[in-house]
Amino acid sequence: MKKILEVSNLKKIYYTEKEEVLSLKDISFNVNEGEFISIIGPSGCGKSTILSILGGLLTPTSGNIALLNHYKISYMLQDDALLPFCTILDNCLLGLKIEGKLNKKNKDYVIHLLNTYGLGDFMNQYPENLSGGMRQRAALIRTLAVKPDLLLLDEPMSALDYQSRLSIGDDLYRIIKEEGKTAIMVTHDIGEAISMSDRILVLSKRPAIVKKEYDIVLENKSTPIQNRSDKNFSNYFQKIWGDLNEKN
Amino acid sequence: MKKISLEQEQFLLEKKRKKRIIYFFQFFIIAVFLLLWQFCSSNGFINSFLFSSPSKMLVTIHGLVIDGELYSHMMITLWEIFISFIISSFLAIFIAAILWWFPNLAKVTDPYLTILNSLPKVALGPLIIIWLGAGTFSIIFMSLLISVFVSILTIYHGFLNVSNSYIIMAKSFGASKWQLFQYVIFPYNRGNILSALKVNISMNFIGVIMGELLVSKKGIGYLIMYGSQVFNLDLVISCVFLLGIVSYLLYCIIQKIK
Repeated sequence: MKKILEVSNLKKIYYTEKEEVLSLKDISFNVNEGEFISIIGPSGCGKSTILSILGGLLTPTSGNIALLNHYKISYMLQDDALLPFCTILDNCLLGLKIEGKLNKKNKDYVIHLLNTYGLGDFMNQYPENLSGGMRQRAALIRTLAVKPDLLLLDEPMSALDYQSRLSIGDDLYRIIKEEGKTAIMVTHDIGEAISMSDRILVLSKRPAIVKKEYDIVLENKSTPIQNRSDKNFSNYFQKIWGDLNEKN
Repeated sequence: MKKISLEQEQFLLEKKRKKRIIYFFQFFIIAVFLLLWQFCSSNGFINSFLFSSPSKMLVTIHGLVIDGELYSHMMITLWEIFISFIISSFLAIFIAAILWWFPNLAKVTDPYLTILNSLPKVALGPLIIIWLGAGTFSIIFMSLLISVFVSILTIYHGFLNVSNSYIIMAKSFGASKWQLFQYVIFPYNRGNILSALKVNISMNFIGVIMGELLVSKKGIGYLIMYGSQVFNLDLVISCVFLLGIVSYLLYCIIQKIK
């Protein structure tokens, strides 16, 4: 397996007027090509901070991030952040426009993605006319449009109701796998993490360290929804639940 | 043509009928007001020298039309409103963008903008006359002073109010500050800017008339001032009536822009 990202000894301190907060104490992990990794941890432990740093939105206090040459990272937020005044197609083209790479070929690629993933009929509609799940799919396509190798997903389903959450989880997983992307997802949902990931990093409470790492091995690896009924699922669930509730 | 059901047709007719009733009452109010006014002044219930009357107003306005005064004064006033609207709109959008671009500048200028916004601009009238002379410049300047600060603040706050997730999204694609403004901040605020400009035009109207009352030799505001000095209250009241019509027309134009 090819290692595409190496994160070593990441540390992040936030400064406020009252205090300084050590958010990340010491975070190290590797990402291999094609892997789906979840980062899970108690709320407020700094999960999203890791993604913000990887996505270049925050600078770490210290530590090192080594991404393989010519590999590209793209970030998907919890909120779909679709601009209400642009059509779905224009929204999905925004990243390309910003990067100055909006040409016929790339536009056709985006239209192809929209058609493939069931948004073809909606690409000239405005976001308000789409359901929450469809909007989230559109946001994923906007992220994919710039042809990233590594996707960062920051609780991509947490704004949805439970049922759409499961089905959109399936959708996102399928799209990411079919497009052959590597992904790091932050979530607080244990079931979501086990059902979608190849590997799970469990963070401690703040200041965060990587407390445990699980390679998820299922008897029959299938879609996320199917995976939930796998024999090993509840086993992992119990372990991670225990990790998250340990007092330390 | 699309075929519509009987019920739909009835619904549309009902809607039309309601609209007609509204129009009727809108007209009814002004008609009753004018008739009552005429009745009171013809029968000596009110002093028609002080309060004028619709018939005297008609005679006055007719006179103004005949000797071309109405046209030239009205054109001056409208022109001044138009010019100050254009200048203040551009200034307001431009300055609001600058403030958004340089947050520290915005912090530094915040108390001054607040003071300038709430300062009664009429107080500056005498100074403006002395500095810029009793002419069109002064009037436009007065109108700008009255309109521009409130527009700057409204538009600037709109720029600040763009939800953070849009900004993070654009930044995650590596958007520059200009791209962020161009693709997110400005288009997101189109509606807000339009409504700020609507307020702006009425402020310009107020400012121009105020300026004309203070300094000018032409315009509807000047006619009002002149009328009061020669105690021709028919002229004063006619002009106020005309201003009412102008402001209604401005309102209609603004609604159309939307």
